[in-house]
Amino acid sequence: MTTIVTGLEIAHKIEQRFPGAVVEATPEAAVIDTDRLLDVCTFLRDDDDLRYAFLNSVTAVDQLELFEVVYHMTSIRDNKTTAIKVRITDRDAPRVPSVTDVWPGAHLQEREAYDLMGIHFEGHPDLRRIFLWDGFAGHPLRKDFLNMPGGLMAGLERFPGEPGESLGGRG
Amino acid sequence: MRLDAKWYDLRDIGNAVGALLEQINDCGAPDWVPYVVSSLIGVVGILLWTVLSVLAFIWIERRVVGLMQNRIGPNRVGPFGLLQPVADAIKLLLKEAITTRNSDKVLFWLAPIVVFIPTLVIFAAIPFGEKMVLADLNVGVLFLIAIGSINTIAVFMAGWSSNNKYAMLGAMRTIAMLISYEIVQVLVLLGAVLFVGSMRLGDIVAWQDDYNTWLLFMQPLGLLGYVIAGAVEMNRSPMDIAEAESEIVAGYHTEYGGIKFGFFYQAEYLAGFGIAAIIVSLYMGGWTLWGLEDWVPGWLIFLAKMYGVFFIYIWFRGTLPRLRIDQLMGFAWKFLLPLALVNVLVTGGEVLLWQEAGLSAGEALPLFGVVNIALAGALVVGWAIALGHRSRERVAHRAILTNELGAIYYGEASPRL
Amino acid sequence: MTLKTEPFVVNVGPQHPSTHGVFRLRLTLDGERILDADMVMGYLHRSMEKLAEERTYTQNIPFTDRTDYLSAMTGNLAYVMAVEQLCGIEVPARALWLRTIMAELQRLASHCMAIGIFANDCGAWQTPVMHMMRDREKILDLFEMACGARLTLNYMRIGGVSRDIPPEFMPATRKFVREFPKKIAEYEDLLLENEIIVARSRGVGVLTADQAIAHSVSGPMLRGSGVAWDIRKADPYAAYGKVDFDIAVGTNGDVYDRFVVRIAEMHQSIRILEQALDMIPEGPVHAQLPTATVQPIGQPVAPLALRPPVGEAYGRIESPRGEIGYYIVSDGSPAPFRFHIRSPSYINLTPLKLMTVGATVADAIVILGSVDIVVGEIDR
Repeated sequence: MTTIVTGLEIAHKIEQRFPGAVVEATPEAAVIDTDRLLDVCTFLRDDDDLRYAFLNSVTAVDQLELFEVVYHMTSIRDNKTTAIKVRITDRDAPRVPSVTDVWPGAHLQEREAYDLMGIHFEGHPDLRRIFLWDGFAGHPLRKDFLNMPGGLMAGLERFPGEPGESLGGRG
Repeated sequence: MRLDAKWYDLRDIGNAVGALLEQINDCGAPDWVPYVVSSLIGVVGILLWTVLSVLAFIWIERRVVGLMQNRIGPNRVGPFGLLQPVADAIKLLLKEAITTRNSDKVLFWLAPIVVFIPTLVIFAAIPFGEKMVLADLNVGVLFLIAIGSINTIAVFMAGWSSNNKYAMLGAMRTIAMLISYEIVQVLVLLGAVLFVGSMRLGDIVAWQDDYNTWLLFMQPLGLLGYVIAGAVEMNRSPMDIAEAESEIVAGYHTEYGGIKFGFFYQAEYLAGFGIAAIIVSLYMGGWTLWGLEDWVPGWLIFLAKMYGVFFIYIWFRGTLPRLRIDQLMGFAWKFLLPLALVNVLVTGGEVLLWQEAGLSAGEALPLFGVVNIALAGALVVGWAIALGHRSRERVAHRAILTNELGAIYYGEASPRL
Repeated sequence: MTLKTEPFVVNVGPQHPSTHGVFRLRLTLDGERILDADMVMGYLHRSMEKLAEERTYTQNIPFTDRTDYLSAMTGNLAYVMAVEQLCGIEVPARALWLRTIMAELQRLASHCMAIGIFANDCGAWQTPVMHMMRDREKILDLFEMACGARLTLNYMRIGGVSRDIPPEFMPATRKFVREFPKKIAEYEDLLLENEIIVARSRGVGVLTADQAIAHSVSGPMLRGSGVAWDIRKADPYAAYGKVDFDIAVGTNGDVYDRFVVRIAEMHQSIRILEQALDMIPEGPVHAQLPTATVQPIGQPVAPLALRPPVGEAYGRIESPRGEIGYYIVSDGSPAPFRFHIRSPSYINLTPLKLMTVGATVADAIVILGSVDIVVGEIDR
């Protein structure tokens, strides 16, 4: 079975090597400071104990006030998997260092995050839109892209047929 | 033992034509009239027959390839789909023949015609029966090779004038391919001509009849080389690189539609028939079949053999994948060309030996046949191994099955099949 | 006098007989050698990730069919596993075994298609494709028996599978499993030792093991480069922990090895199926979820749609093309807050430029065929 290294454990290891790099440690992932991201990633890939050489996925999430970029990685040698995150508070011009130097497999995934979320990856060799055409206005996966009348956002508050009062979630 | 050559002797239509010409001569016509009449009859006959053959073979090819692929093939148009070629022909005639805007108009219009004409002209020199040759040239083989190479320039005209990058790619590939295999073709046919001693196709067929043998037993390397070079000349699979559908859409005839494409289509089939006819005349005894031509008309035997050889080409198409262009040219220059040269050398030596030592045909020919076949087998296998056919990089193998998670097997020796 | 030459740009696709869908590759050529390869995608972009944010978790399951439409079962499975991981739902045993059987049947169908299309790219005029289609039809008949659909199956549900198999499914599957190895032997005869296929694919599109791991390549491409990594063994899901099978690896990282790995995986799938058909237990096929189908009168309101707890999950499985993963972020509402598909075809295309530069046009087509892309997955 794959050992899932929780965010707390990996945060502990990163903190030992790069004090001050970890902003927050949740069970799912360790949140890293944007400026130290490349050092941390190189450490995760090259360190003898860790050896997270395989990057599973690079994703961006629009958490309403801020953006999050999530990196899932696996160590093929030891069969472990873990995740780290980066938070970007600047919603108008979000910038993150690109990890394509550390893991070349992030190339296409970062282009997708740029295209659909608008996050600019610094140091990416070829950052241009991939699914949408050049000149498309806006970034569709952002929560404020649809700006429907009435100030509605994408999301579902209740399933049709359920009674009036909300049973959870945000509108 | 032939019967008296009466005009109703269907075994050789030349008898009927000859009787007609005698009649015209008796009526006191000028000298050029019989000549024109016989040419006209020959030309009309070949045209009609080739067009009908192409129509029939469109249906046959699609059904046969369909059966090889486990499916039925066309069966909607007419009973058993027999009217499918008619439907195809009507469709091609009625379609809009587009000329692309920036193409070279004259060449674009001329290319299908220049592709089509040589494939018809080849049939002029081929003997369908003893008196059924339209042009009884005594340099018949040379004529065939020369006319066959016009194909190269025609394909390039088509590709260049289309103003389309895929067509250019297809045309370039074709020229490289056709030039390489022309040389192989010439050398291989040279071997056959050396053995018989004449370039006239009627003589070659007569030689095979007189000595009661087929030239393919004497020239196995020649047959191998010519079958492959012929497949290349025809632009058919496995050498259909020029029109490789899965790579460059349709190669040199991408931009052609309607009846212009119909010309290319028909020219491909006619070239196929032409190559098959040459193989039959030169290597398989032409219209003779060890005495059967006394009973069955010679031209029927010829047609049956020709269609048989063409069926083998259809079989190739349904089965084999396609080579890459550089592999194909490497095959021509590194494998077939040395074999053809060795063939010429050995054939020359054998002919010299036959004349000098005064051997009779009954002793010489079986000896040469056995020697040639053995040599062919040894050379093909030996030369292939010498070129690296059995080396580690070219051998098929299976995957390694393992249970070690995370292990890396890159670079290890793979298990042989 | 020197000739002035310049490289020219050729578009392979988006309409092309051989790009496996609407995918465009701009090649810069010098004669027949490729100098640069640029991929242009997005012709099939349907914005599934955005659409999924307005639909409930169960309503999103048909989306997962349509990403990788040639292997819908594995797409479904990865998604429902991610949601189950998020909710902490436990799936009954019979459902786990049914999932295994369906996933392996789907792997066979997908590999049939992949191998046939690879042979077609090498130029064998449709003959292997037709033979493979004939056998794939039998698998699609089995799917039709089980869930009513052939291609977009929509069979898995959060907490199990949608319905139990009919009684005629088991005998039909057993018959299929008995006869299919003969068909694989037929393909091996035709294709494995074929001189031309070996010549076209050995040494073409080489990817070393280190390059493959660095470029996040997964599936038969990774295993063809010699790395023995299979999520069915590394992180066993469904019933894979209880069956016995091997991982197939190649040693050269070229197109031929990926082809050979796919054939070996077909053999292993048959092995898994034989064991699964014997070991499958009886029982329910769907877990009890904390939702209701009707609202009872006079009692507290129960939710009709599943509302997972706030959190995130990354569920991944081994699809025939590689590692397919779903990253789901939930905010407690009936619809996912973020629905991201980590699709193997998309990420396996990362080293395409590395593999094709320096090869010829014919090689580029064969290499693209060996990556085994499905454009629905690339563009989503």
